[in-house]
Amino acid sequence: MNTDATAPDTAPRVLGVPAMGLVVLVGVSGSGKSTFAARHFGPTEVVSSDFCRGLVSDDENDQAASADAFALLHTIVDVRLRRGLLAVVDVTNVQQRARAELLAVAKANDVPATAIVLDVPESVARRRNRVRPDRDFGDHVIARQCRDLRQSVKRLRKEGFRKVHVLKGVAEVDAAVVERERAWPDRTELTGPFDVIGDVHGCREELEELLAALGYAFTRDDRGRAVGARHPDGRTAVFVGDLVDRGPDTPGVLRLAMGMVRDGDALCVPGNHENKLIRALRGTKVTPTHGLAESLEQLGRESEEFRAEVLDFCDGLVSHLVLDGGRLVVAHAGLKEAYHGRASGRVRSFALYGDTNGETDEYGLPVRLPWARDYRGRAAVVYGHTPVLKAEWVNNTLCLDTGCVFGGKLTALRYPERETVDVAARRTWYEPVRPLAGEGPGPSAGGDRSDTVVDITDVGAGGRRPGLFVETEFGTVRAGGPSVLGALEVMSRFSVDPRWLLYLPPTMAPAPAASEAGYLEHPDEAFAWYRAAGIGQVVCEEKHMGSRAVAVLCRDGAAAERRFAPGSTGTVYTRTGRPFFADRALGAGVVDRLRAAVTGAGLWDRLGTDWIALDGEVLPWSAKARTLIRDQYASVGAAARAALPAAGAALAAAAARGLDVGRLAEKTARSAEQMEEFSRVYRRYSWDTDGIAGLRFAPFAVLASQGREYSDADHLWHMATAERLAEADPLVRTTRYRVVDTTDPAACASAAAWWREMVDAGGEGMVVKPLHGARATGAKGLTQPGLKVRGPEYLRIIYGPDYTDPGRLEALRDRRPGAKLGLAMREHKLGLEALARHARGEPLWRVHEAVFATLALEAEPVDPRL
Amino acid sequence: MLLTITTTATPAAPATDLGYLLHKNPGRVQGFEQSFGTAHVFYPEATAERCTAALLLEVDPRALLRARTSVSTPDFALAQYVNDRPFAASSLFTVALGRVFRSALRGRSDARPALAAAPLPLELHLPAVPCRAGADKARALFEPLGWRVSAEPVPLDPGLPGWGDSPYLSLTLSGEQVLSEALSHLYVLLPAMDGGKHYWVDRGEVDKLLRAGGLRVAGPDGDTAEEDPEAGSAWLVRHPERAWITRRYLGRRQTYVRTALARLAEADDLPEEEADPGLEDVLAPPAPDRPGQERAPSLAAQRAGAVLAVLRAENASSVLDLGCGPGALLAELVADPALERITGADVDTASLQRAHRRTCRGCAPGGRGRHRDLFGDTGAVREQGARPPRPELLVGSAVYRDARFCGYDAVVLMEVVEHLDPERLPALEETVFAAARPRIAVVTTPNAEYNVHYERLAPGALRHSDHRFEWTRAEFARWADAVAERNGYTVRHLPVGPQDPATGSPTQMGVFTR
Repeated sequence: MNTDATAPDTAPRVLGVPAMGLVVLVGVSGSGKSTFAARHFGPTEVVSSDFCRGLVSDDENDQAASADAFALLHTIVDVRLRRGLLAVVDVTNVQQRARAELLAVAKANDVPATAIVLDVPESVARRRNRVRPDRDFGDHVIARQCRDLRQSVKRLRKEGFRKVHVLKGVAEVDAAVVERERAWPDRTELTGPFDVIGDVHGCREELEELLAALGYAFTRDDRGRAVGARHPDGRTAVFVGDLVDRGPDTPGVLRLAMGMVRDGDALCVPGNHENKLIRALRGTKVTPTHGLAESLEQLGRESEEFRAEVLDFCDGLVSHLVLDGGRLVVAHAGLKEAYHGRASGRVRSFALYGDTNGETDEYGLPVRLPWARDYRGRAAVVYGHTPVLKAEWVNNTLCLDTGCVFGGKLTALRYPERETVDVAARRTWYEPVRPLAGEGPGPSAGGDRSDTVVDITDVGAGGRRPGLFVETEFGTVRAGGPSVLGALEVMSRFSVDPRWLLYLPPTMAPAPAASEAGYLEHPDEAFAWYRAAGIGQVVCEEKHMGSRAVAVLCRDGAAAERRFAPGSTGTVYTRTGRPFFADRALGAGVVDRLRAAVTGAGLWDRLGTDWIALDGEVLPWSAKARTLIRDQYASVGAAARAALPAAGAALAAAAARGLDVGRLAEKTARSAEQMEEFSRVYRRYSWDTDGIAGLRFAPFAVLASQGREYSDADHLWHMATAERLAEADPLVRTTRYRVVDTTDPAACASAAAWWREMVDAGGEGMVVKPLHGARATGAKGLTQPGLKVRGPEYLRIIYGPDYTDPGRLEALRDRRPGAKLGLAMREHKLGLEALARHARGEPLWRVHEAVFATLALEAEPVDPRL
Repeated sequence: MLLTITTTATPAAPATDLGYLLHKNPGRVQGFEQSFGTAHVFYPEATAERCTAALLLEVDPRALLRARTSVSTPDFALAQYVNDRPFAASSLFTVALGRVFRSALRGRSDARPALAAAPLPLELHLPAVPCRAGADKARALFEPLGWRVSAEPVPLDPGLPGWGDSPYLSLTLSGEQVLSEALSHLYVLLPAMDGGKHYWVDRGEVDKLLRAGGLRVAGPDGDTAEEDPEAGSAWLVRHPERAWITRRYLGRRQTYVRTALARLAEADDLPEEEADPGLEDVLAPPAPDRPGQERAPSLAAQRAGAVLAVLRAENASSVLDLGCGPGALLAELVADPALERITGADVDTASLQRAHRRTCRGCAPGGRGRHRDLFGDTGAVREQGARPPRPELLVGSAVYRDARFCGYDAVVLMEVVEHLDPERLPALEETVFAAARPRIAVVTTPNAEYNVHYERLAPGALRHSDHRFEWTRAEFARWADAVAERNGYTVRHLPVGPQDPATGSPTQMGVFTR
């Protein structure tokens, strides 16, 4: 069909298109758009009206379906652009109105639009359409389209297309080559390491001092002025903008920064001050406030040539930079996630001035909206612009403007090390209009440091369909809608301040049903399970019958305020995040005793921390569960003790009358015995306490301390640490344990005997755990962190006093723990994730997300007796 | 598990005629299969002078499991194997009673019709009756019906000295009663005493029970009892405790969220709240009811009125009632045409459902008075282009920042702050005053100083079991002033309810404006 193709006598046209953005093909029907699109773009990148018509009507040529088809097309384009992909639209697009709608979608997504016009002779288009049986419209349609096209071509730039490529004739269309151009801010190929430097504002001396501290070596001109600096390890400096104004030596700062950028030793994004300087240097009339006058005066003493260089430099700066594979974003005033890597007027405005709503504060300065507070992106955003007292991470964002020119500090971030380095200002070079953030009252001056509350969308609620998906190291874990709403209520009404909640204990599955007669659970099954999972060494730990408790203990109030929340030195919370002790004074007393035990055991220094989180069990059971024991267990016992003798007497009287009630009488008698055994169980775990007196805390794991978590430590270490604590204070109870090789039958048998001994003496049972700790992996990856093996008497309060009756036990063996094992594993993943996020110092919402999901999973319907 | 019915000879008939009335032969042991086990009837004694029938329920927990429709009952754990059903005269026992003695309950006896209609000397004994309300309540329930009542609390556990009594009573009722009426007393009052642990086999059972007492039920809230002219004996209608009895029948229906929540319950959790009766009004000394004098409106009504007055004075056109509960204030707000947009938010989905039923006039497709289930952000489920519901209802929390809370003229926190632990108040401050930033915020909370006027409230006690604190006027002012200062608001304090010169008003209100 290429009948009129002639060899092009020039090099093929290279058409630049945005790697992320919109490409609109403009051409009449039969101009070869689809062929062109298929040749240059991937099938999922191209959206055509024919395709959408097919989707909504099963007929690609059903013109009656056009309205729906175009609505769908715009949605697809919108979604692709929002997700940072390329969208190529294959529609005739010869009419301005059709293009305007597409341009609006591109604009809304802050991406550039490129038009490629396929201008082939009308005769070619007519011929092509005639040979296509599905095109039944007449030549007059083509003629009209050609007219529209001719009128369009001239005004495409004006309509808003950043680039317009017009391909004249079939030969040029066929020869064209498409080249994808990355957006200006996209410098993801640069991996650093970087030293990001905050707002310099003409403070040359401090800048030189900071660069020297970071290890840069200077090049100087013949007058001794620094004109470049290079790091021996090839690090790259990144300036967050606002190099100029207010300070004593704006030209000196520019000379150094421009030199470094020119030599490839630095990158730079523009600040609002550079933006204004550009206009001033260009001769635009601007008010020389906020230190601009100083810059102009200082620059006035420089050469014309230097001023031209400055203008060039500032004018060439790209609004923001996306670095290190997308993991680092640098923008002067910060940048919300939706704008990363995008280019539009409002993206530039955000990057330069921040998120403002036009309001000003009592000092006449614009109110900056707290975008960082709502930031949820994976990329670290490093910025300046708003002077703060101290550079602090907020939701993976960091403001480096520590007000050097106002007498504060000049700060740099070493990346990826995430260390800050700062030098103090030599003096106050410029009086601030308002106090530095943190000093003044009110939210506008308080900066963005509000990492104290979690947004409702962070926990999977507040939207149309509640539900939470948490990405963990071991895969995504999902919590369903009703569970999320249940957890929301519990967290809102009952839990401790979420800042203390670094972890909720996952549920634990029982060992598979025992094969040994008379038992529902037996150690052999736990050993066999781990053996099959490829775990050789396990530890058997005595299971205390109490209430699960997590204790977070701080060395002092300062540590609590820094890492958790002000106002206390620790907390003890339950498996669902509630304060363990309803009595505040008692809770504080227990915290103080445990803190003293940590001090006595020397753990602060040993672990190099000023806080520690312990997972354990508070005894007795009755301390927390008195109501439960009373209502659900002792009451049943009471009812039985009242009713069974009465029934026995009635049956005896009936028997005396000669009625046949033998089976019933016998059953009633047996039931009375079982009820006594049942009652013995809960009585054993109930004893009186008076304040702290009588309470015991049995820790079995150190969860975390400053900057690290201990899921990778083996259980012997955890047990030894618990023993240290117990030596320091008798409030802490140790846990009996022994290590077992699951492949050694003798060791297994001996451990089973040990278990039997413990449960015969009234113990609840034991927990079998992989020796190597919570992160132990077996043949199939991450394995269950523990399996419980409960004693036969204890199980009476779980399965009923009479569960040992013949037939019952057999039936119970079919109890199907699969769902419970699955739940335990999902909660285990969340627990590890929460600890890891907390240890990495991730924002509150990230830790809370995993913790919240654990609570939500606890609400999922799984047989709770398992 | 056990009921014995004893009668003695009357001049009209030997005691063993009890067998004709119960339709059970005194000479046999009979078993009646139930979905949850077997009900046995036998006679420990049967002479002309004295005859005792025993109903012994043998609960088969595994059968019980089968009988239940779903594992998602709220107390799945306990409803399974470890419960009092095999031993106590629970509602389940009542179901067996109703089935086994169905004809006797209706007073039908073809063999002895006269005897069935005549009062007999009866003694009913139940060794373990669950009655958390105590022995006095049991007496208050049975004595008005003409019974002599012996109600002895059963000790909890000899092995747990100092733990007190169990919630069970050993109950003996004696008196001259028509047997069918006596059985209907048990049939209705045993489940009422069992109360919180009531499990209906199905909804129909409820109606059956109420019919047994001569009642017809009008609405789901269970407080409207009307006389049923068709009921032969309407003893319940005349019963002084009928409101209590009826309320206990119609427990809150569990939604799936509620169910999920119940699984998170802990041993020391607060009991489920009853629909808020306006606790202060319950606690307040009863106002003298003089003819011709209107009673003062309840404190709850005064509170809502005070909030409305503030909203009007401040020209609010959109209001978010944060912590709206079952919608007491919302119901008032929707009636105010000056309010263009009204939204209620609560973290308790069950309350939100009640608020929805209270304020909505049928929202299911096709109307018919059915209500759509509220789930996520609720209000969003509507036809495109349709007007927003009035009120909009959101599942939301005062301690989770929420973009949906922004853009309202006013946010009302009516009796909300005292339900939060003091440690969570900064989160509420952030959510409402720093993030949502309404033009007006109205906060009401109890004034602890006023509590001395509630005679039935122990000194230092709080008005509601879920209150975490109650502030004096100075304490509230200190908090409110600091919040206002930190967030750029000014606050003024207003009293709500009758003013006492020494203690102030029962409710205090802070109006924040900026």
